[in-house]
Amino acid sequence: MSLALSSISHPGPRKDAAMAARLGASRKRADRIIRTLCLAATVLGLVLLASILITLFYRGFEAMSLRVFTHVTAPPGSEGGLLNAIVGSLIQSLIGTAIGTPIGMLVGTYLAEYAKNSWLGNAVRFVSDILLSAPSILIGLFVYQILVLPFGGFSGWAGIAALAIIVIPIVVRTTEDMLQLIPNTLREAVVGLGAPKWKMIILICWRAALAGIITGVLLAVARVAGETAPLLFTSLGNNAWSTDLSKPMSSLPVTIYSFAGSPFEDWIALAWAGALLITLGVLALNILARTLLRSRI
Amino acid sequence: MASASAAPPQVASRRSSSFGDKVFALVCQAAGIFVLILLGALIIELFIAGLPAFRAFGIAFVTSTDWDPVQELFGAGVSIYGTIVTAILAIILAVPLAFGVAFFLTELAPPWMRRPVGTAIELLAAVPSIIYGMWGFFVIAPAFAQHLQPWIIDNIGELPLIGFLFQGPPFGTGLFTAAFILAIMVLPFIAATMRDVFEQVPPVYKESAYGLGATTWEVMKGVVIPYTRISVVGGIMLGLGRALGETMAVTFVIGNANRITSSLFGPGNTIASLIALEFGESEIGSLKLASLLALGFILFVLSFAVLATSRYLLRSRLKV
Amino acid sequence: MSLSTETQSQAASTKSFGGMQARSEAALNDARIAIRNLDFFYADNRALKGINLDLPDRQVTGMIGPSGCGKSTLLRVLNRMYSLYSGQRATGEVMMDGENIISDSVDLNTLRAKVGMVFQKPTPFPMTIYENIAFGIRLHEKLSKSEMGERIEWALTRAALWNEVKDRLDRSALGLSGGQQQRLCIARTIAVRPEVILFDEPTSALDPISTLKIEELIDELKRDFTIAIVTHNMQQAARCADQVAFFYLGELIEVAPAAQLFTAPKHPKTQEYITGRFG
Repeated sequence: MSLALSSISHPGPRKDAAMAARLGASRKRADRIIRTLCLAATVLGLVLLASILITLFYRGFEAMSLRVFTHVTAPPGSEGGLLNAIVGSLIQSLIGTAIGTPIGMLVGTYLAEYAKNSWLGNAVRFVSDILLSAPSILIGLFVYQILVLPFGGFSGWAGIAALAIIVIPIVVRTTEDMLQLIPNTLREAVVGLGAPKWKMIILICWRAALAGIITGVLLAVARVAGETAPLLFTSLGNNAWSTDLSKPMSSLPVTIYSFAGSPFEDWIALAWAGALLITLGVLALNILARTLLRSRI
Repeated sequence: MASASAAPPQVASRRSSSFGDKVFALVCQAAGIFVLILLGALIIELFIAGLPAFRAFGIAFVTSTDWDPVQELFGAGVSIYGTIVTAILAIILAVPLAFGVAFFLTELAPPWMRRPVGTAIELLAAVPSIIYGMWGFFVIAPAFAQHLQPWIIDNIGELPLIGFLFQGPPFGTGLFTAAFILAIMVLPFIAATMRDVFEQVPPVYKESAYGLGATTWEVMKGVVIPYTRISVVGGIMLGLGRALGETMAVTFVIGNANRITSSLFGPGNTIASLIALEFGESEIGSLKLASLLALGFILFVLSFAVLATSRYLLRSRLKV
Repeated sequence: MSLSTETQSQAASTKSFGGMQARSEAALNDARIAIRNLDFFYADNRALKGINLDLPDRQVTGMIGPSGCGKSTLLRVLNRMYSLYSGQRATGEVMMDGENIISDSVDLNTLRAKVGMVFQKPTPFPMTIYENIAFGIRLHEKLSKSEMGERIEWALTRAALWNEVKDRLDRSALGLSGGQQQRLCIARTIAVRPEVILFDEPTSALDPISTLKIEELIDELKRDFTIAIVTHNMQQAARCADQVAFFYLGELIEVAPAAQLFTAPKHPKTQEYITGRFG
């Protein structure tokens, strides 16, 4: 055996037990301190979430009444509600999601089924990921430039377009992720039966990925329902009742923004009521989406 | 496939199915290209719209700290400063917290606790930006003005070297408060990335370190972090990218002042908050509007650079 | 490598059984670790049933048996690795230095410094070769730079790796070959100066030449360390071990000096296993 034993002999078992014990004690102290700090960080995160929710419930419930849902926004001092803002938000979020979802699904399908490693696929994936985290205010400015300025002013359609652009990358991400979870053996089995690829994708892959894609869509609705910045420059807001998509359209977040920043007590109260509504809606959608995904996997 | 039994109808159906395949593939590809065009158009539109401002002020637009609508003098200096200072301060505050949360949820918490607590932390990311703004303005800013800031000003404001950062009147609003709110907003993104990558470290590596007698913290510090550092930095960059462009939450608490103050407690502006606040008062075709759009272009370049870096660093994780 | 022969009447020389060479040292030293009535549970699943086993001091105990028989589980009891996971628990006695190491009061960090472990797959940390070895040492000792250098040289020499890496201690350990990485992990383990080393199928991810090196190394290391090795490979158990324990379905079926177990197994199950009828 070629084990050239060096002249250094085995130092033998711990001769310095005292030092090891001292070191051990200080190491354990460091470990305990770090553990405590980590627990504290987590508790702080939960406390902050609780603080937000408690504030919303406390202030929001005070201002909540049936009037919020039956009356449109009104000048300060008169009996106003948030009906137009709620309806406007629903319209814009839902149509925006309805437009963004199919585009996002097609892109996600392209990435997962057609362009896994092509340069074009990588470019699309990269750009989609950038859009996912890009400042939403810039999407508002962009839509302002291409839809508001050339087409005669602020409109519900412009708001919808901005929200749809926000929806697309969210749906792309979940669609691609979900399609990638489908085992290739399933694809091969379907193609082996003689089905063309497009039928395989639509009938089998999309169906298998459905729960995941729905999760993505729910998250997308939740995300755009709370978006304010892109709507400031697109649908602007409207204090009167309007469902005309070619006119400026009210939305909850923009109304909250202008009311909360106002000096009027009743407007600020309404802003809290709106804030409570939107947060409950958004959090409920999030929890629903998570539950749905978990029940499937 | 083309066997002798292949009857004409089958051939026809095969032809139509390959036609269907081509159409579907093209539609998918077109959607992909549409996304490329979208981002390209976004860059170009913002640049073109901001061009009058770049023409009028040249490169000085980026560095000038003027923002004077009356004299039509516009510069991005103050808001770029505010954007970068708030975002970086937010990251400085958020990273230790996010690490604590991620470490707690991956290694320390009992298993039954991980899912509910993890979900609650992730819900912080779901709360709309405007809600953070209101909460920051009505709850955090008053609390800071009355308690935290006076204490810091008295105790840290006197220190040499860093004291100047914590001086001046405790307004409650300002760069520091904006950074604090941003920190909470990006915390779940950073924590989620850290959790993901920490969980991807194969248990046997952690066991190897435990097997040498390491404590949980030493395993984290000695093995898990070295393994995941690139992705961790990617997650931090993702948080930074988000903090740079955050609008509504910042708009409420930034204090809206177009000057640079040395104190972090002083008011300021970020690019996004300035655009949101001043856009309504700008006329179509005005130099002010062009300047705001030029600011938008600068913000885009900033966040693009940061997000692209983040994605590059996270690529190995994405491929898994 | 020459098999040393000891003067024991029942196995005077190497004997061949089923194509295997079993070493013949039948004289077992006093127990370094004494396991008594050990039960182990994964949640409600009893994975080890009433194990009684002595690990002789500075000798090699081989643990064999089909997959899922509990041999790896036993190894993970000896350094309390199972304590990392909730729902896993052990009852009974595992005595070492007059202490029951499965009791809650045991200091796990100190225990693991005394009982080192080498894993199935090489687990080099993503840092330099030097730092890999220094990592464990620093946990338990404060050494000067020169002392640290000496210790690292000693550990790498004992792991038969020094000559191959002495010129690139500051390079990443990830650049080493699989066999070198495994020897690095052995060096990292002995650098802490444990008393017992546990090997969990240390060669199953390696090529035959690397495997042979590790086996020679184990033979060399037992001069100073008490060794337990889990292996799927009966030839390996025969080559390395002084004492072999055969596990089946969570029970210790038979334990005997290597030569005896491989040449004259007492239990029919052992006989079946070593002749390759199952497993």
